[in-house]
Amino acid sequence: MIEVRNLCKRFHDRKRGEIRAVDDVSFTCRPGQIYGLLGANGAGKTTTLRMLATILEPSAGTAVICGSDIVEKAEEVRTKVGFLSTATALYPRLTARELVQYFGRLNGLDDSLLNDRVNSIFQRLDMNGFSDRQCDKLSTGMKQKTSIARTLVHDPPVMIFDEPTLGLDILTTRTITGFIRECRDRGKTVIFSTHIMSEVEKLCDVVGIIQKGKLLAEGTVGELRDRYREQDLEEIFVKVVACNGTAAEEG
Amino acid sequence: MSLRNIGVVYRKELTEALRDRRTLISSIVIPLFLFPALAIGIGYAFAEVIGAASREPSRIMILGGEDSPAVVDGLKKVRNLRVVPTKTNYLDLISNKKIRAVVDIPLGFQAAVERGERPDVKIYIFSGDMKSAFGATRIERFFTEFRDMTVRGRLAAQNLPESLMKPFNVRQQNVVSPEKVAGETYGGLIPYLAILMCMTGAMYPAMDLTAGEKERGTIETILSSPVKRTDLVLGKFLLVLTASLATATLSVVSMGLSFSVLSHLASLQNGAEGLPALTMHPETVLAVFLMALPIAVLFSAVLFTISLFAKSFKEAQSYLTPMTFVVLVPAIAAVLPGIELTPKLALIPILNVSLLCKELVAGTYHWNYIVLIFLSTCIYAGVALFLAVKMFQRESVLFSS
Repeated sequence: MIEVRNLCKRFHDRKRGEIRAVDDVSFTCRPGQIYGLLGANGAGKTTTLRMLATILEPSAGTAVICGSDIVEKAEEVRTKVGFLSTATALYPRLTARELVQYFGRLNGLDDSLLNDRVNSIFQRLDMNGFSDRQCDKLSTGMKQKTSIARTLVHDPPVMIFDEPTLGLDILTTRTITGFIRECRDRGKTVIFSTHIMSEVEKLCDVVGIIQKGKLLAEGTVGELRDRYREQDLEEIFVKVVACNGTAAEEG
Repeated sequence: MSLRNIGVVYRKELTEALRDRRTLISSIVIPLFLFPALAIGIGYAFAEVIGAASREPSRIMILGGEDSPAVVDGLKKVRNLRVVPTKTNYLDLISNKKIRAVVDIPLGFQAAVERGERPDVKIYIFSGDMKSAFGATRIERFFTEFRDMTVRGRLAAQNLPESLMKPFNVRQQNVVSPEKVAGETYGGLIPYLAILMCMTGAMYPAMDLTAGEKERGTIETILSSPVKRTDLVLGKFLLVLTASLATATLSVVSMGLSFSVLSHLASLQNGAEGLPALTMHPETVLAVFLMALPIAVLFSAVLFTISLFAKSFKEAQSYLTPMTFVVLVPAIAAVLPGIELTPKLALIPILNVSLLCKELVAGTYHWNYIVLIFLSTCIYAGVALFLAVKMFQRESVLFSS
C-alpha cells in the first residue's frame, strides 16, 4: 500500500529561481493494483517516484509505504520497495549473478536464503544461460531481465517503475510489461509512470494525470472516459491538461 | 553505520576494480614496472652522459704563451687535453661548443713567475656547460701543479722544508652513519614518491566510483537499495584508500629495489666508493607507512569529494588534474636541502609528513613532531572524510544534472 500525502518537491535553479517539480500531490495505490502516473516529459513523474523510492527527499508532505514513512524511515522503506527505471543501470564489471547477489546482501539476506532466492529467480526468468556473464557483455533484453531480478531479489511488496520501457524494443518491452502484470497478480502494489497511452490502457487499474507537478485527474480508465466523454485516452489527456492550463490562466 | 554493509560494498568495489584494466594499469602496472624502468633508464642515461663527458678529451686553445714554452708544452702533455691551433674567433668557438675552453697566458708569464711576481692566467669557459667545466678543471689542475712545483723549487733553493707550503692540513670527516648520509642525500625521495603515489593511486578509483558511477547510471540503482549512504560512501572510500596505499607501497618497494640495483651498479663502476647505500630497517618502513596512512586517507577523501561534484569521468579529470600540483609543491619543497621541520611547518599538510618521513628514513625520531604531525594529519583526514560523507548525502551533488 502506498499513501501519498501532500507531497512536494522544490528545486532551486540559479536562473529560474524556485521550481516546484512536485506540488502538493496526494494519491493512494492499493495491493494487487497497478497505478499509472501519466504525464508529459518534465511533468514531475520521475521526481514523484524518486521520492517514493527515497532517492530524493520531499520538500514537504510525505508518503507511507506499507506502514513506513518515507521521510522518517527511508531505509526501512527501501527494503519494501523494488525500483526499476531506464536510469537504473547495471554494474558493468559484475556478472548478472554477482549483481543480483550484491543487492540481495545489501537487503540483509543471509547467504543460504540469497542463493535459494537467486536460483529460483534465475530459473523463472530463464537467466541461467548468461548468469555468469559480465553485465557489459549482455544484450538489452538480458540486461532488463537482470534488472528485474535485482528488484525481485528481496521480494518487496511494492514495485515502482519509472518509464521502464523507454527506448526499448518491442520484445524487451513485452518482457517488462509482462513482469509488471505478474507483480500485480502476485498481490504487490505497483506504481508505474509513463507517457505512452497504450501502456496505460493495457496495464493500469488506476490512472493519475500529472502536469507541472500537480495531479490533475485520477480514476480508472473507464471513469476518466465517462468524466471527459472521450474514448481515446490521448484526447482525455490533452483535455485534462488543456482544461487545467486554461483554469490556471484564468485564475 | 553497518560494518557488514560497508564490507559488502567494499568487496563489490574491489571485485570490479580488479576486473578493470584501467585500475590495474594505474594501481599496479605503472608503479611496479614503469617508474623503476624510468628511474633506471634515466639514471643509466645520466651516468652514461657524465661518463662519456669525463672521458672525452677537451679541445682547448692557448692564447699567448710564446715566451712560456714550458707551460705550453706541459699543457700539451696533459692527459685528456687536446690543444688545437689558436684562431681569432675563439669566443664564438666556445659559444658554439667547438672548443671547450681557452687559456690566456699573459706575456712573459714564465719570466714573471720566476721573478716572483703574480701574473694572472685566465680561462675562458662556457659557464654551465659540463664539458667546458671538465676542460677548465683539467687546465686548473695543471696550473695548480705548476704553482706547487714552483714553490717547492724555491723552498728547496733556500733549503727550507716542503712543509712550509702547508703548515697545517684541514679536512672534513663524516661522523654520521652511512644510513643517515643516504637518508639526507636521497632519503627525501622515498616519502616524496610515497606521497605522490598515494595521490596517483587514489585518483582513478575516486573518479570511477563517483563521477563514473553517475555517468554509467548506476548511482540511482544503488541509492534505491536499503544501504545507508554513510555505509555506501565508506565502502567506496575504503576501496579508494586501498588503491592509494597499494600504489604507494608497490612504488616504494619497486623504487627501493631499483635504487639498490643502481647503487650496486654504481659501486661496481666506481670501485668501493659507490653511492651511500640506502638501507631501511623494517621499523623505518613501518613508521613511514604509518605516517603515510593518514595522508592516504586525506587524499582519498579529498579526491572522492571533489570528483563527486563532476557529472562525468572527463569532468572529474579536469577537476583533479590541478590537484597534482597542489600536492607536488609541498612534496618537492621537502626534498629541497635546507628545509627542516619547525613547529609551524609541522602543521602544513603534506609538507609536514614529507619532512618527517625524510628524517625517519635517515633514522632520526623526533617523537614530539611524530605525534604532532600524525595527529594533525589525522584531523585533516577526518575532516576530509566527514566532508565526503556529508557531500554524498546531498541531492544537489548526487543529482547535479
